[in-house]
Amino acid sequence: MGKAALRRTETQNFTEEPRHFVRSSGTTGSRNDEWEIVIGLEVHAQISTKSKLFSGSPTDFGADPNSQVSFYDAAMPGMLPVLNSAAVDLAIKSGLSINGTINKISKFDRKNYFYPDLPAGYQISQLYFPIVTNGYIDIDLPDGSSTKRINIERIHIEQDAGKSIHDLSPESSYIDLNRAGIPLMEIVSKPDMRSSLEAMQYVKKLRTILRYIETCDCNMERGNLRVDANISIRRPGDPFGNRVEIKNINSIRFLGQALDYEAERQIMASESGEEIIQETRLFDAVTGQTRSMRTKENSDDYRYFPDPDLRPIVLTDERIDKIRGELPELPDAKKARFIEKYSLSESDAIVLTEDRVTAQYFERAVSASKFEESPRLIANWIIGELFAFLNKSGKDIDDIEFPIEYIGELVDLILDKTISGNIAKSVFTRMVETNENPSKIVKDQGLVQIRDDSVIKKVVEEIIEKNPNQVAEYKSGKQQLFGFFVGQCMKAMQGKGNPEMINEILRAMLD
Amino acid sequence: MIISKTENDENIALFSFISGGLCDIVSLCLGMLKFICEMKKDLTISAARNGLVSGEFSSFELTSWYLDRIEQNASLNAVITIDREKSLLAAQRADEKIATGVDLPLLGVPIAIKDLFCTNGMRTTACSKVLHDFIPGYESTVTQNLLDDGAVFLGKTNMDEFAMGSANISSYFGPCFLPFRKKSDPSVRLVPGGSSGGSASAVASDLCVAATGSDTGGSIRQPASFSGLVGIKPTYGLCSRWGMIAFASSLDQAGPLTKTVEDAAIMLKSMAGYDPKDSTSENVQIPDYLESIGQSIRGIKIGIASELMAGLSQENLELIDRVCGWLKDSGCEIVDLSLKTVPYSLPAYYIIAPAEASSNLARYDGVRYGYRAEGCRTIDELFVRSRSEGFGEEVKRRILAGTYVLSAGYYDAYYAKALKIRKMIRDDFRDNAFSRVDAVLLMTTPTTAFSIEESGKMTPVEMYLNDVFTVTANIAGLPGISIPAGLSGDGLPMGVQLLGDRFQEEILLRIAHILEKCANFGELKKSILMEDMVNDG
Repeated sequence: MGKAALRRTETQNFTEEPRHFVRSSGTTGSRNDEWEIVIGLEVHAQISTKSKLFSGSPTDFGADPNSQVSFYDAAMPGMLPVLNSAAVDLAIKSGLSINGTINKISKFDRKNYFYPDLPAGYQISQLYFPIVTNGYIDIDLPDGSSTKRINIERIHIEQDAGKSIHDLSPESSYIDLNRAGIPLMEIVSKPDMRSSLEAMQYVKKLRTILRYIETCDCNMERGNLRVDANISIRRPGDPFGNRVEIKNINSIRFLGQALDYEAERQIMASESGEEIIQETRLFDAVTGQTRSMRTKENSDDYRYFPDPDLRPIVLTDERIDKIRGELPELPDAKKARFIEKYSLSESDAIVLTEDRVTAQYFERAVSASKFEESPRLIANWIIGELFAFLNKSGKDIDDIEFPIEYIGELVDLILDKTISGNIAKSVFTRMVETNENPSKIVKDQGLVQIRDDSVIKKVVEEIIEKNPNQVAEYKSGKQQLFGFFVGQCMKAMQGKGNPEMINEILRAMLD
Repeated sequence: MIISKTENDENIALFSFISGGLCDIVSLCLGMLKFICEMKKDLTISAARNGLVSGEFSSFELTSWYLDRIEQNASLNAVITIDREKSLLAAQRADEKIATGVDLPLLGVPIAIKDLFCTNGMRTTACSKVLHDFIPGYESTVTQNLLDDGAVFLGKTNMDEFAMGSANISSYFGPCFLPFRKKSDPSVRLVPGGSSGGSASAVASDLCVAATGSDTGGSIRQPASFSGLVGIKPTYGLCSRWGMIAFASSLDQAGPLTKTVEDAAIMLKSMAGYDPKDSTSENVQIPDYLESIGQSIRGIKIGIASELMAGLSQENLELIDRVCGWLKDSGCEIVDLSLKTVPYSLPAYYIIAPAEASSNLARYDGVRYGYRAEGCRTIDELFVRSRSEGFGEEVKRRILAGTYVLSAGYYDAYYAKALKIRKMIRDDFRDNAFSRVDAVLLMTTPTTAFSIEESGKMTPVEMYLNDVFTVTANIAGLPGISIPAGLSGDGLPMGVQLLGDRFQEEILLRIAHILEKCANFGELKKSILMEDMVNDG
């Protein structure tokens, strides 16, 4: 599934109703029957570095098992971590783009637990002094015009574990350490979301931002963006309820499913008098349900303590300012600019700024057009025809082989009345197949609009002559037949007639 | 067991040499051989280098002689792994280089390596069952530095398992012994201290010219003191920890065990140096320590902290007095200090060190390398049994203690508090010692070498008290040097210790060199009761 395919499901979500409060089954109305759903998310985003967080091993995806493992990654005796400063820079960049405070001193801690794919028996993370604190992002709400601020408690840097493979042999498990030590940012939100939809919008927005600033590829299938959700329910105004952490969520759609299921489960349990216990639950994508993994009593004691092998990360203002200066225009700013400069609708601006390439393509297409009124039309063509084509062909926008400027030229052909909108659709279809210039297609295929008064008049006369009954009916008051005449004329001219002129001449001759 | 004095050995050698002229040619040759053996005994680095360069002996001969001694004195259990072929090949290469005029500080000098340092292609075990067959594919930075300076490695020395111990009795390969005996009870074998006991015993027994050690809470200085050697625990960050099997990362430092202060200077210069592979390594210029040796110490201020003198035995107090006298005679000023936080070093150490160890040793889980228990049905069983069977008792005790102090609900009460104490101790040294003095003088150990039987009677806590004077340097990250300064009434070596400010090894070596001369330990040593060693000449 490419970006384009994901995009379609996203736009569909805008049509869903928000579920801020869920009513108890069977009853309606009073405040006491309502439950508020409280959601906080922990997003693990793989930092896009060439090498691992504490070793020089490459981070390429899809390499042969255990082919990207250094002595350090395998936790051989006496091996020591050396921090990859590129990962720190990218974490700073991420922190700045979520409006966070970059802490000039942050520290690494060890999270201790035994697991076969955790070679050292501990994960190096940042518990006590994370690199970024107190950020926020604004998510777009489904009404298409309002936003909600979701606060981000922290971003900390940590290393990934390896991968256990259990399905290769009935007797043995295998371990692939290629992923061990890959740098991650854990982005922890405050419990500010109140519906599954808000949670999904939050992850999408976060993904958009991280892709803009190129600190994470955010490919959920490859596992470089992973989401753990904390969810609890309460009566509005009450303190927070016991929270349940849901793990193993592999897509934004599953995030919505898992949260909806879990909210429903908690409400039903609460209403039947059960207490919600603090626990970790696993989401099963096949059944769409969550099931208990471990309760708080059985949870690991991670025995966090400062990692004595690493020094604190000490940042200078110069380093932070340099990274700040390199930040590209972020989605919110770009969206505002698109609305202001190109008079786009809010929803079109959201879709076009969802990723940097689409926004870039849009602006390139606009720059190729001679008409001031073209941006809205170009937006329509990109969001409508182009996305439909990408969806159908399973391509990403950056897979397009023709210069995106052609869309601007195509719109110009409509605006200068060389072709009609309908003809433009067939020109587009040919353009995406052959990557030919639209003007050339129009010329080669003789698609130039017929605007010759005498030619059109002749056709109109013929049509009127051929359909005496319809003419009679029209004249006796059946006005809706006008469309029939237009259609017949257009058909006779293979769609090339100028619609306005056909209208005008028809009216003159019939009325 | 025959007990003989080294003086007697020398007489025999001399007699053999003289009698060679009277008897036949074979006897003459034997005499010559013995003479050469005598020359090789107590060989220092500079003497070895002189002998190698002048052609008195080759590195190959010297290396073979040491390898033979190691094998013939296996009952000391000082060296647990040798690779004769590899060592001799290295010696040959060194001889070739010497022949072409290459001059390196350690070229051709046979040394021994504590089994905590990973050596490429040579078994490295930390004297634990969990690593009993582990052969690293990499060379630790410290040993690489030594190789780069031309050293020839003889083998890997015995140690307490994962460097946890003060008697070298927790080794998977069995205890290690000193060749020294008590006058009061010559029948009992003594331990060289720990954890670098094998290195200490090897240097003291002439199984090598010098050796590396590591010091987390006294593991170089305590065995140096027991064995009549010079031992340095450098400033934290001076020697790279890369490739040195970790015990407690914030305390571990590599350092040398040598016969003389000069040798210590040469070894330290070679071992030390900034290493980008160790993030805690300090990027400082390493001075030429040899240059400072022999320089006057007139005007240098030496501190005596009352807290570090409390409870000392009469014999120890007398030694400190004697040392103070030598220092005054050399122009030093003795300054009374009070370091109120220092008594908290030991409890802080026994929280921080096990805590870090519990995490550092988590990697020995039987999954990727090392000991794996047989016939496990589940992963948890594999973890539990591999670790239960693979670690010895002392290591397990410390892992458990460390796990406990880091546990939820106890972290603040123990670990966080220990870190605060550590900072207070550092500040105390900065504000109340090194603002006033150049070095602090104290004992290295409360007692002289003891026997396995005696150590067996100690509780773990009594055993930990051996480290009472040494842990401070590790907790504060300061350099410490132990110098043999006298013999006890029982005829065993007694070491005194000097602590310096961060990266002030140079001053410590200067003072130590003067003390070495004043103590004239080389002469004193001759009166130590020695085990009869094979190939002693």
